[in-house]
Amino acid sequence: MVAASPVEREVWRLLADVPDPEIPILNVIELGVVRYVRDEQERIAVGVSPTYTGCPATEVIQASIKARLQNAGFETVHVDTVLAPPWTSDWLTESAREKLREYGIAPPAESVDSPRRLWSEPTVSCPRCSSKQSERVSEFASTPCKALYRCTSCLEPFEYFKCI
Amino acid sequence: MEATSAASDVLRRYALTIGDTSLILAQRLGEWIGHAPALEEDLALANIALDLLGQARYLLSHAAQLQGGGTEDHLAFLRDPQDFLNLSLVEQPNGDFGQTIVRQFLIDAWQLELFERLQQSSEPKLAELAAKAIKETRYHFRFSSGWMVRLGDGTEESHRRVQTALDALWRFTHEMFVASPVEQEAAALGIGPDPASLAAGWASRVEEVLQEATLKRPADVAYSWHGKRGQHSEHLSRLLAEMQIMQRTYPGAQW
Repeated sequence: MVAASPVEREVWRLLADVPDPEIPILNVIELGVVRYVRDEQERIAVGVSPTYTGCPATEVIQASIKARLQNAGFETVHVDTVLAPPWTSDWLTESAREKLREYGIAPPAESVDSPRRLWSEPTVSCPRCSSKQSERVSEFASTPCKALYRCTSCLEPFEYFKCI
Repeated sequence: MEATSAASDVLRRYALTIGDTSLILAQRLGEWIGHAPALEEDLALANIALDLLGQARYLLSHAAQLQGGGTEDHLAFLRDPQDFLNLSLVEQPNGDFGQTIVRQFLIDAWQLELFERLQQSSEPKLAELAAKAIKETRYHFRFSSGWMVRLGDGTEESHRRVQTALDALWRFTHEMFVASPVEQEAAALGIGPDPASLAAGWASRVEEVLQEATLKRPADVAYSWHGKRGQHSEHLSRLLAEMQIMQRTYPGAQW
């Protein structure tokens, strides 16, 4: 990786103010969707990966990034959609996992590269009572990135950020 | 120069062939919103539709770019039925929940094979999409094959219904593996796989689940449908009439 210039570092700092529209406690850096920031002299280029191909938040994220940078005085901002390599839940930052748990969403239980994923369901801990006793209610939930679980200890339903 | 433009035309039509299949299936699944047997299934079908719509938008945008005019919206909302190149299977009506699941299962297994191979496409845009989409398709397949087993190996009624749906839809699967002229040209250029090469992998995925679901694989039929050549069943016209009415009535309308 080429060392970031002062301008690029400033842009990274500004991007930390841009929230994910669906899980607003996370910013776009914590979500792991910002692939690069480039100072191309006459313009700033930001590469953004969609979490899911059809996720409607992608367009909102791109518009919010543009708006944030333009507010800070960067006139020409170009946001590129970067598909390869595909985004994975492994790119969530450590701080994002902790924030998700506090927010009531169980973070991804294991790495997508874990060989165990081929054979068994991951153990998902309840974000409220930390019990490891939980069951999947549905593979899909209110947004593409989540599944629906239920804690069999405290009986509360909760959302789980899927491994993908 | 001429060779380049011929290749770009093959790519454009190939992107439409696979993009239209995703688009039409997304539209069908969208019909379930507010009607699925349970809230969880409602959300699941809508989420799968959203992933498919994402694939379609990417592919149709690329096709629009290649034809040098118009947008994904023009292609989705202003084309006539005979210009759509989707598989006939995806335009078939939803039927009951079992029939929707069977259709989804047959397509998910096919998309898994397709995207696996398309990652090696000579066209980087398609290879990148395939690498992204296959992760989502694995998830769809897990959902649809899970329901195949629950329904097939469920009650007498659920078994009967899902077997009936399988018998009714099986005749449309043959088309997946017979190359249309566009697919033949795409295969020759290394843009996409030869559809015939997907058949064995698809069959073994499908049969494994059917066995667990205690369902019987229907007999193959010789008749082939030609949605990929623009020859569709009447169902596509009705689907498009609903999907396109806003843009046809109020061109360029936005909200």
